[in-house]
Amino acid sequence: MSYKITVNGTSHDVDLPGDVPLLWVLRDELGLTGTKFGCGVAACGACTVQVGGIATRSCQVPLDSVEGDVTTIEGVGTPDNLAVIQQAWIDNNVAQCGYCQSGQIMQAASLLAENPQPTDQDIDDAMQGNLCRCGTYPKIRAAIHDAARAMQEA
Amino acid sequence: MSRLGKITRRVFLVGAVAVTGGVAVGAYAITRDPENPLDPSEGATLNSYVIIDKDGVTVIVPRAEMGQGVQTSLAALVAEELEVPMSMVRVEHGPPAKAYANTKFISPRSYDSEPPMKLVNTVMEAMPRMMGMQITGGSMSSVDAWDKNRVAGAAAREMLIDAAAERLGVGRDQLRAENGAIVATDGTTIPYADLAEAAAGMTPPDNPPLKRPEDWTLIGKELPKLDQPAKATGTAPYAIDTRAEGMKFATVKMSPRIEGTMVSFDASEAEGMPGVEKIIDLGDGVAVVANNTWLAMQAAEAITFEWGDAPYGATTDEIFADLEAAFDTDVNSTPHEHGDIVEAEDDVVAEYRAPYLSHAPMEPMNATALYTGDALEIWAGVQGPIITQQQAAEAVGLKDDQVTVHTTIMGGSFGRRGFNDYAIYAARVAKEMPDVPVNVTWSREEDMRHDHYRPGAIGRMRARLNGDKVEMFKADLAAGSVMRATMKAFMGMDRPMSDPMVTEGVAEQPYGFENVLIRGYVPERTPRVGFWRSVGNSQNAFFMESFIDELAHKAGVDPVAFRLAHMEGVDAETVEVIKTVAEMANWTGKTPEGKGRGIAVTYSFGTPVAEIIEVSNVDGAVKIDKVWIAADLGKIIDPGNVRDQLISGAIYGLSAAIHDEITFEDGMVVEGNFWDHDALRMNTTPEFEVTALALGGAVGGVGEPGTPPAAPALANAIFDLNGTRLRQMPFRHEVDFFM
Repeated sequence: MSYKITVNGTSHDVDLPGDVPLLWVLRDELGLTGTKFGCGVAACGACTVQVGGIATRSCQVPLDSVEGDVTTIEGVGTPDNLAVIQQAWIDNNVAQCGYCQSGQIMQAASLLAENPQPTDQDIDDAMQGNLCRCGTYPKIRAAIHDAARAMQEA
Repeated sequence: MSRLGKITRRVFLVGAVAVTGGVAVGAYAITRDPENPLDPSEGATLNSYVIIDKDGVTVIVPRAEMGQGVQTSLAALVAEELEVPMSMVRVEHGPPAKAYANTKFISPRSYDSEPPMKLVNTVMEAMPRMMGMQITGGSMSSVDAWDKNRVAGAAAREMLIDAAAERLGVGRDQLRAENGAIVATDGTTIPYADLAEAAAGMTPPDNPPLKRPEDWTLIGKELPKLDQPAKATGTAPYAIDTRAEGMKFATVKMSPRIEGTMVSFDASEAEGMPGVEKIIDLGDGVAVVANNTWLAMQAAEAITFEWGDAPYGATTDEIFADLEAAFDTDVNSTPHEHGDIVEAEDDVVAEYRAPYLSHAPMEPMNATALYTGDALEIWAGVQGPIITQQQAAEAVGLKDDQVTVHTTIMGGSFGRRGFNDYAIYAARVAKEMPDVPVNVTWSREEDMRHDHYRPGAIGRMRARLNGDKVEMFKADLAAGSVMRATMKAFMGMDRPMSDPMVTEGVAEQPYGFENVLIRGYVPERTPRVGFWRSVGNSQNAFFMESFIDELAHKAGVDPVAFRLAHMEGVDAETVEVIKTVAEMANWTGKTPEGKGRGIAVTYSFGTPVAEIIEVSNVDGAVKIDKVWIAADLGKIIDPGNVRDQLISGAIYGLSAAIHDEITFEDGMVVEGNFWDHDALRMNTTPEFEVTALALGGAVGGVGEPGTPPAAPALANAIFDLNGTRLRQMPFRHEVDFFM
């Protein structure tokens, strides 16, 4: 059967079994490869997207249970039209291998939406589910603070 | 990889002639390489590293980007001499080609290296090219590129000046290169794009002049990394993101007893599952091809298998029993044997252990392949594209030149992608799906359970003190041979051979012991091993620097002073990094109740690195508060990247030291995902302070040397905190950590 989901403002009819996780709908069906597969068990956060504005591990949400509009990293901004948070990542040279950063940015965007001026403790609490094997954590922290400042000024 | 050094230097010493300075590589070999593989459809190629077209300059960086920043820093070396701003530069990895061999890959890099010897240089730099060793590894990319890339940029610049001189009918002395254009004294400005075709026809200079360091505008500056916009927007193309019309998605199940046989399988249930298109018997495993990766993985889980025995001990205990038994076999290597070794009852003796480890990069092993009968195309993140081309060709029965390898950026590697098994599996799957592009992605569990692991290891350390100095030092080290695993994987040679990676990190450290014996031992069988960020240094630095700490305490000498007392007069750079890190941390040798500090120093990959770690007791748990790092890179291309890599290396080392091990039951790896193979996270990552020195001499590697001192610095800090001497990783078995 077919399921209707809205991703980055575009509606899609998806003809896949209802138990296929949103991650694999995005990547293999819709070609939105910015959302990454890291572990498949919600242990790394690489697949983080927003569903209804809330940071969500897309590897754990079956297609038939997607409730709300989905935003992926592609919906946040593009190289020619960067979001403030993406600019903060670029300005800080955050990414090394970069594979986890889509998920980091989606998680951080969710944090900043709820809490425009997070403390270091707030960042620890919100970001500890997002693994980075390159160890870019100090720069992610700096970029979140920079993004918070830039959003205040905007 | 390292340490062919000592032996080769001695062998070649007789015929050696010192190089008198200047660029040590044959510059003409770069500027006039007859094997320039570039044949651009637009624009012109001036040498193997430079293409200029109407949109700007493309610099070939034939080293794989795995997060170490190589595609920016190596491009900057070319751009510096070519006088183009980085905003005009695009980077491509380029095709597999001998022109891009890592010619420094097997060259010696020891703290006591004499000036490079011409004959040794020639042989050691010719061999990688002859053998097609286009390899990203050994923290050697910058070392290899330092001269080559600058020469390539300078040669291209000179050819552009020649072309402008001809066009304008003026002397070369009337012209200068500036900001992507040739500018004449009268102000006439010709963009490179307009000169490229003509410049390509000019005779390349054999020895183009290189800029003086005081004129550098890119080298030595922290540069914006070129890959940041793509990586912040989800548009950076990893192998796993390869997409093509009509693409299918597959996964593999291989023997959980790694490299064991497959006796039989039953896929009757899997065949009828949703999305499944084909189930392929690979002989040593099974591939499931579907219209979605997850559906392929679900079906693969539904296949039942009978697997053969493991070609190594069935349990962790049996595997370590093999390591213990190795000490009773012939010595594999003796990197140091000097003075008198007399053992006494009151010697300080300790045995250390390190577990097998997975690399666990964020992007699981995967590759995409398309087989069309007379051609094979592969998209994969591999550290050795030439060998991948050859092995893929062999796997599908084609000639090398019928195989195209696209080397993608990698979602981490840490040495894992030095082996290419995942790319070869993809080629084999593609052969069974002619004319259909197939992405073959391993589950995280399949990845973690089919790694080329950091070998488990045992270090038996013994020393005798005479007052506050070491009178005798002896280390016997046992570990699976990464050299043997490498030769088996790439040359089909599976037999013991002398392996410097078993002892590196204990060997070649600048302690200047007068009576010293260091020996390596290799077990006959081991689970598959490989290069794990810093390789042998990753376990041996823990053994060495923890034991040195034990000796310092036994002698009643401050651990910083103890190291300096032995290293003064042996290696000035290592002494300097120790002094620097002690000053940064305001080291006094005393810590208040509830705090602990430890130091460790390792010379690896041509780069001495010293780290001091401070820990505190938080309700009975150990919390890492701060890490100070000092390193000497000789020369620094990008200080920001150097700092990032040193921190990254330390975090990688600390993650393993605290959390990680790969254990075996019934021949199978127990750990399968980040639940049981965790790492530092945002809330457990300490504050870092880094000083990168550039004390002169050859440029040092930086991707790996931050890792080795991290584990022993932490262990030594914990000893200072609470008196617990940790002699086995991971430390979480003995210490509660703040989470």
